[in-house]
Amino acid sequence: MNVGIVSYGAYIPHYRIKIEEIAKVWGDDASSILDGLMIYEKSVPDMDEDTITIAVEAARHAINRAGVDPGRIGAIFTGSESHPYAVKPTSTVVAEAIGATPNLTVADFEFACKAGTAAIQACMGLAESGIVDLGMAIGADVSQGAPGDALEYSAAAGGVAYVIGKNDLIANIESTYSFTTDTPDFWRREGMPYPEHGGRFTGEPGYFKHVTSAATGLMKRIGTKPSDYNYAIFHQPNGKFPTRVAKILGFSNEQIKPGLVVPRLGNTYSGSCMMGLAATLDIAKPGDRIFMTAFGSGAGSDAFSIVVTDRIDEIRNCAPSVEKLLSNPIYMDYATYAKHKGKIKL
Amino acid sequence: MSVPRFWRRLKNLYNLIGTHCSKCGGYYYPPRNMCPKCRRNGLVVPFKFKGVGEVVTFTIVHSAAKDFAKNTPYILAIIKLDEGPRLTSQVICNHNDIHIGMKVKSAFRKLGEESEKGMIYYGTKFVPLIDP
Repeated sequence: MNVGIVSYGAYIPHYRIKIEEIAKVWGDDASSILDGLMIYEKSVPDMDEDTITIAVEAARHAINRAGVDPGRIGAIFTGSESHPYAVKPTSTVVAEAIGATPNLTVADFEFACKAGTAAIQACMGLAESGIVDLGMAIGADVSQGAPGDALEYSAAAGGVAYVIGKNDLIANIESTYSFTTDTPDFWRREGMPYPEHGGRFTGEPGYFKHVTSAATGLMKRIGTKPSDYNYAIFHQPNGKFPTRVAKILGFSNEQIKPGLVVPRLGNTYSGSCMMGLAATLDIAKPGDRIFMTAFGSGAGSDAFSIVVTDRIDEIRNCAPSVEKLLSNPIYMDYATYAKHKGKIKL
Repeated sequence: MSVPRFWRRLKNLYNLIGTHCSKCGGYYYPPRNMCPKCRRNGLVVPFKFKGVGEVVTFTIVHSAAKDFAKNTPYILAIIKLDEGPRLTSQVICNHNDIHIGMKVKSAFRKLGEESEKGMIYYGTKFVPLIDP
């Protein structure tokens, strides 16, 4: 395929809450949760941050990293399951805030944790066909977990933006492959503040079936095997699932290590897999091959095979790295966290 | 803030777009239709500020208007942009870190909202300047 990543940018709020702090409130055993989820802390948005502000900051970092002229962007798609408006696209605000309006098309995507990678695929099609010069795909969330629910230990905040095009690539997307079924493992009804999920049902028939099917489908299509890749990223609802699915598929812990950001970040939902890719691009060398498979409940998986180009070294340091965004966190207690997340109604 | 008023100022709030008089070299934010120095002889054009400046003075608000009550305490500061103009804005940082002369950069944040079902207003606040 003659299409790929022109630039990328990430954004993570400064605030964090430790798993022990949440477990203390609900009387849970913190050590068993830490062992089970492999998440030590998660990001929390500031009082004045939401999916739109996070998407805009990530988009601005992507624009600045490669010095992209926003006027060249012909499409912006923002994937999220926490769009602030039910009706009024997040992407319109992003487009205005980065100076890409008015000659472009925008839309918001929703597919649980893989709406951002679905947006990448849409941008790939538009860019490769020549309908647009550049497309921007964003995955951003301030994800929701009901008080006391297992999701509260992982639901985090963050976003990533990718500029997709045909020229001046920092990484070529060799191919993409998707696997989708109607699997009710996780959902949120209209007007409901928190999602419901099928507990352990989200594992085998949800995450593992779809991720392994998409991953093996892509490798079969292009004739590659896990050892052909320097790095791999799998959707990170926790630390355990991507580690286990990597092992099932034949990828090593060393291959997934740079992109496994969930232990210090939590699950950024639509930003999850894309954040892992950003962290991997932050350290990848020209010629490195990267395998990525996102997962969204509902359910589906998008797999990508990516090859890094020489240009990565030119632009890498022109915007904050994921490691930089994860550094110097400000820790908060559960009461402050509840206030930030709007769990306290005044 | 009403929806039409916000919509009219939206570009200026999102990206610190003010004006520049290419005759006298003056920079203005918020934007002006006429250069206050050159008057009718001025040549005023839109100008996008870099969004970098320093804190001239600040206060910490503990008792706020109803719409901002949930955010207290918060820092309200006068920022001098590198190009010259001064503006009033919230600064998002640890309250122990804020000081006169602190270098800051713009950030995209929620400014407020009408109500739970009303319009959400976005725009520019400031955060400490940190190199990427």
